[in-house]
Amino acid sequence: MNKNILTKIIINLLLLLFVVVWVLPTFGLFVSSFRDKDLLATSGWWTTFNTNEVNEIYRTKTFEDQIEENGKFFIKGNLLVKNSGKKVISYGITSKEMNKYKINEKAILKNKSEIEISENGEYVWKSDEPFKHERGKRIFITALSPPKFTLDNYKEVLFKEGIGQAFLNTLTVAIPSTIIPLIICSFFAYALSWMKFWGRDTLFALIVASLVVPLQMCLIPLLSIYNDVGALFNIGAKSYPGVWMAHTGFGLASTTFLLRNFIKSLPNEMIEAARVDGATHYDIFLRIIIPLSVPAFASVFILQFLWVWNDLLVGLIFLDQVPSEIILTAKLRELLGSRGENWEILTTGAFVSMTVPLFIFFALQRYFIRGLVAGSVKG
Amino acid sequence: MSNISINKINKFFGNVHVIKDVSLDIKSESFTVLVGPSGCGKSTMLRMIAGLEEINSGSISIDDQIVNNLPPKERNIAMVFQSYALYPHMTVFDNMAFGLKLEKRSKEEINERVNEAAKILQIENFLQRKPKQLSGGQRQRVAIGRAITRKPKVFLFDEPLSNLDAALRVQMRVELAKLHDQLNATMIYVTHDQTEAMTLADDIVVLDQGIVSQKGSPMDLYNFPNNIFVGGFIGSPKMNFIDSKILSNNNNNTEVDLMGSAKINISKISKTSSVGESIKIGVRPEHLTINQNAEANWEGKVFVVEKLGSGTFLYIDKDGEPLVVQTEGDTDIKVGDKVKVGFNSARCHIFDKEGKAFN
Repeated sequence: MNKNILTKIIINLLLLLFVVVWVLPTFGLFVSSFRDKDLLATSGWWTTFNTNEVNEIYRTKTFEDQIEENGKFFIKGNLLVKNSGKKVISYGITSKEMNKYKINEKAILKNKSEIEISENGEYVWKSDEPFKHERGKRIFITALSPPKFTLDNYKEVLFKEGIGQAFLNTLTVAIPSTIIPLIICSFFAYALSWMKFWGRDTLFALIVASLVVPLQMCLIPLLSIYNDVGALFNIGAKSYPGVWMAHTGFGLASTTFLLRNFIKSLPNEMIEAARVDGATHYDIFLRIIIPLSVPAFASVFILQFLWVWNDLLVGLIFLDQVPSEIILTAKLRELLGSRGENWEILTTGAFVSMTVPLFIFFALQRYFIRGLVAGSVKG
Repeated sequence: MSNISINKINKFFGNVHVIKDVSLDIKSESFTVLVGPSGCGKSTMLRMIAGLEEINSGSISIDDQIVNNLPPKERNIAMVFQSYALYPHMTVFDNMAFGLKLEKRSKEEINERVNEAAKILQIENFLQRKPKQLSGGQRQRVAIGRAITRKPKVFLFDEPLSNLDAALRVQMRVELAKLHDQLNATMIYVTHDQTEAMTLADDIVVLDQGIVSQKGSPMDLYNFPNNIFVGGFIGSPKMNFIDSKILSNNNNNTEVDLMGSAKINISKISKTSSVGESIKIGVRPEHLTINQNAEANWEGKVFVVEKLGSGTFLYIDKDGEPLVVQTEGDTDIKVGDKVKVGFNSARCHIFDKEGKAFN
């Protein structure tokens, strides 16, 4: 009894640990991608939610903006950008004494003029003599900056750095590369489970065996064969059909294997009832197997799609590294080389590449839950 | 409407010979029950008639047409499975209409036939539900309905009631009998439950290890079992078997031993049987009497009393094995009592040492 509770606690703690280990970096990446690029370079994402003290330098307006009132001269203005949310806490007029004055304290300059700054950044510079300076006076302020998020990184990454195009390229690769094997393999899996033909079990054994053949082994021979055959039909060496076929080929074994195992587990008597009802294999496949296999299709779809989405190798070899063909993973790798310093680009790019897998997972997760067959047979 | 004739069929699963040279004629519009213990090949027989299982040799014909190589749909049959085998993603209506849709019938005809079947089975209110929203009994009705809508010549039932609870089973049994009267179709029904067989069948076929042990009407099988297997299988509780031997055999007057304490005169035993040959006496619990003078009497001690209300079963110790006797419901015989069991020779079945009956 006590042992059970202890085991439960340990299991739950471990589970929590895994969740944290997985979620925390993702969350950090997510937060980072929305941060200002200057802040990103100097502080960690966890500081985003705090109010930070920042030191900034501004210049006042020049003599042209002075106003004369009762024989005195004023320059008025606001140091801070509108709606920035910052609050000035102290200021200085020389770089040596940046925090000399608190707000609403008057700083007296050498020429006896007075500057006063309030919390919201408004300043009043008062002088008995007319102002003559042509460059604004430098003012050093220390301000409290509230958390600040921006979509600028996304704008830049998607439209300027080419991640947007690469995203579309990857979709162009991934969708056919998932749908085609799913269609082929569903027929194949049905045949392997419910049709009797000579050598069926041997064929299935071969498929299982081919699961262990590493992709890397056949990549180059495959490309060379594809190029030779493509030359006959005047198809370019590196193009989308090639990468679709490659992914389809590499996905066939595992997709067939998973679908076959599911389709085989459907109740035998139900299939026989359909046969007695007069259904041909095609009818059974279309009207019974397909609707009942939706959960299996969904999970195989997820697996194959994520595999293709995250793939770098096949995409590198079967596609040119030009803007119209480069896939997201390859593009990220390229950026890592050329823009390695620009964290805002990398974090945002990485998060863009994660959006689709995350969306797929959350959209299809209910299909992981089986139970569609309940009601067909007793139990 | 359609008779089925099965001619010397054989079936092997790998090296296992499951159906051994079975020949059988099933009359048109009859209700035939294939009965036997598990593994006797009864379901295989049914599946071979349905076309779901290939025949290794022999032939099956429906209405004088050999159907050996016809797929199920061309045999004009419908089958009801033990696990209902409904299509879980379809409504009850679609389940029942599935076969008709495949035949490309018109919408009106499908509607009409499904509604008609639903009416017969009283499932009209569930037509738009999914199978998982139904109880076991309702599911089985849908499965039967699916068979009815197609108006087949032959209905095949593969243990359709064994997934139902006892009360429902009795109810569905009655309804199946009614259905047979209504539809006038040939029905073949597989079960391991001898009660179902006795109550439903016009003809019972008892299968034992791949051969037909006996075929006949329920009462024939009950009164004149061909062998020990049929004797023991038909009737509940089971027939008592008593080891015995022939004491004398002359002029229609054969005396056999009854547990050393009495002798019975049996006329059935053939003249060629010799004195001293060992035989078995089979006698049903309901044919034994208690504490009344009969042709032969034997005394034993009661060790279990089962009171069912309508009757009482007494288990009487016979060399460590029970001899079951049925008596009236309100008997005051208790465990430990000594009782006198009366045997009536007309009600005794005599089997030779191979288990075959003397008739």
